[in-house]
Amino acid sequence: MDALLFMIFAAIAVVCGISLVVQTHPISSALSLVGVMGALAALYLLLGGEFIAAAQLVVYAGAIMVLFVFVIMLLNAGTEHKGRRTWAKYAGAPLLLVLLGLIAIGITHHLPASEGVMFGQFTKGTPLEFGRALFTTYLLPFEVTSVLILIAILGAIVLARKEID
Amino acid sequence: MPALPSSVPLSWYLTLSAILFVLGIAGFLFRRNIITVFMSIELMLNAVNLSFITFSYKLKQVDGHIFSFFVMVVAAAEAAVGLAIILTVFKNRQTLEIDELSSLKN
Amino acid sequence: MAFLIVTIVKAAVVAFVLLTALAYLQWLERKVLAHIQLRVGPRRVGPHGLLQPLADVIKLITKEDMMPSHVNKVFWFLAPFIAVVFALIPIAVIPFGTELRLPAINLGPVHIPAIRTAMQLTDINFGVLFILGISGLGVYGVALAGWSSNNKYSLLGGLRSSAQMISYELPMALAIAAPLLVLNTLSFRGIVDAQSGFFFGFLPKWTIFQVFPLNIISFILFIIAAFAETNRVPFDLPEAENELVAGFHTEYGSMKFASFFMAEYCNMVTVSCVATLLFLGGWHPPFPAAYGSSYLPSLVMAGAGVLCFLHAASPARPLDRLTLPVVGIAFIALAGIFLIPAVALPLMPIIWFTAKALVILFVYIWIRGTLPRFRYDQLMRFAWTFMFPIAVVNLFLTGLVVALS
Repeated sequence: MDALLFMIFAAIAVVCGISLVVQTHPISSALSLVGVMGALAALYLLLGGEFIAAAQLVVYAGAIMVLFVFVIMLLNAGTEHKGRRTWAKYAGAPLLLVLLGLIAIGITHHLPASEGVMFGQFTKGTPLEFGRALFTTYLLPFEVTSVLILIAILGAIVLARKEID
Repeated sequence: MPALPSSVPLSWYLTLSAILFVLGIAGFLFRRNIITVFMSIELMLNAVNLSFITFSYKLKQVDGHIFSFFVMVVAAAEAAVGLAIILTVFKNRQTLEIDELSSLKN
Repeated sequence: MAFLIVTIVKAAVVAFVLLTALAYLQWLERKVLAHIQLRVGPRRVGPHGLLQPLADVIKLITKEDMMPSHVNKVFWFLAPFIAVVFALIPIAVIPFGTELRLPAINLGPVHIPAIRTAMQLTDINFGVLFILGISGLGVYGVALAGWSSNNKYSLLGGLRSSAQMISYELPMALAIAAPLLVLNTLSFRGIVDAQSGFFFGFLPKWTIFQVFPLNIISFILFIIAAFAETNRVPFDLPEAENELVAGFHTEYGSMKFASFFMAEYCNMVTVSCVATLLFLGGWHPPFPAAYGSSYLPSLVMAGAGVLCFLHAASPARPLDRLTLPVVGIAFIALAGIFLIPAVALPLMPIIWFTAKALVILFVYIWIRGTLPRFRYDQLMRFAWTFMFPIAVVNLFLTGLVVALS
């Protein structure tokens, strides 16, 4: 059952990822990315990350991607024009596949297949454990990221406001 | 249909992460619309998140989840500022193709 | 295997009850709005217009479904589905009562084992976060509907509506976080269990009565943010009929329009259920059973039955002289059923939960009939400069009180 669920969500993630790269209109790419994030949220649940799956849905798919979709709608970005047919595209794609193959071989070589992922085995992904670690061991990075978000808000407001002449 | 294993090997998750990462690289290198390039970067960040959580499972610690959370937060901040920059660029150049944003060239 | 069948049956029952409730919520809205506006509302189709939702459903299904030629076909078709799917999913984690125990049935060839099942489709550990996430995803339906219609007014309406929804998600999440500090759990069943019991023997331990004024502020903030999330008056500028030519659902007709409406009512129901569970004590009665709270539902239903008989004396239509007494007898029979202890025990929590959710829905409809709507810039200013600081200060003070006790 675990393997079946993994297969389904992995297939959704890969198909949406390919769709992101292949689609011409940015809105289709954005919605494919939302599909990838949804599938990844389900995979995080399978790996026992309850809080991180919920955070992925709330933060990434529900806020960041909405921002992307907004900007695409606001700028009225049309479909891309056909690019010049450079040799880079035809040489690059097989090279990337070779890179992928090398990574995959390296991974399967170093990780024994005996260690499997079963749903329910990892119990430390609950909000309780997550919060405990976040507010004790990782308190400084947490505070620093709050300052980072504040800076990002200020930067975004300054960059995107109307010029007052 | 071949029998599926009862528990999913960890290497499958990492291979999926690698596939998504390579797809992100492909989008980043081959697409010409600046927003699509930005979205490919987000895809790469997501692939890395999956990798973090897989290793957190392997090492039986919650620290990987916390790293993944910080990656999400940084991606949020980056998306906000990056999209604001894209809006400004569009206002000034009226184009979203990265080939035409080349005034620093030569 | 038995678990699978029980779950499928529960899901079917919940889905059926939810869809019927959505249709009758529209009836309730029309009747209450009408009475606020000193008129009577639908009264011709069935006694007191009770069959009006059925007539509306038949009309909407049989209307011609056109696709305008200038729309972006894939997204225009997808948008109502996205809106409805993400509106219907959160019901899966909402608990309606305690536990249902059915005895085993062994007669003849039929052997059904004894069933013990919780009155909830699934109890996720992080149920509150799940609902926040899924409501955040509901923004896509509105944004895509507005954009794919290829129409200036729809685009503006869609963008305004989505900006409003994401702006009010923040005060809503902060307003939810404050009572969670007190209740200490994210699963809905745990939240309701932490509200059982009574203070001083008669005051229920609902969240609004714990940590006294701060949780009431959270409740009010949550209700206001919920009004904005569900695009209801006074925040319904993006979709009002006399603004922006009906906003983002201009180009939709018949069943797709009905889907958006269904999604809006379903969001209202979800938010009312969440408010009931988080703030009003879920299925716990407002005063202890020792003072007779188990007889209150029967009393109300018997009263409703007597009211039906009184209305049958001077009916709106001649047919009601026959149909209203039938409805009255049904109510009195229900009142009698609720007096039987064996039936009342699993059903009483559902009655209290439904009653509280209906009170919140009535407040929704009441406010719709009473208040004017906000202008868009007033709406956004209200979110960011008024509700957000109050929510943050409220969270801070609640944390202080929890830490110091």
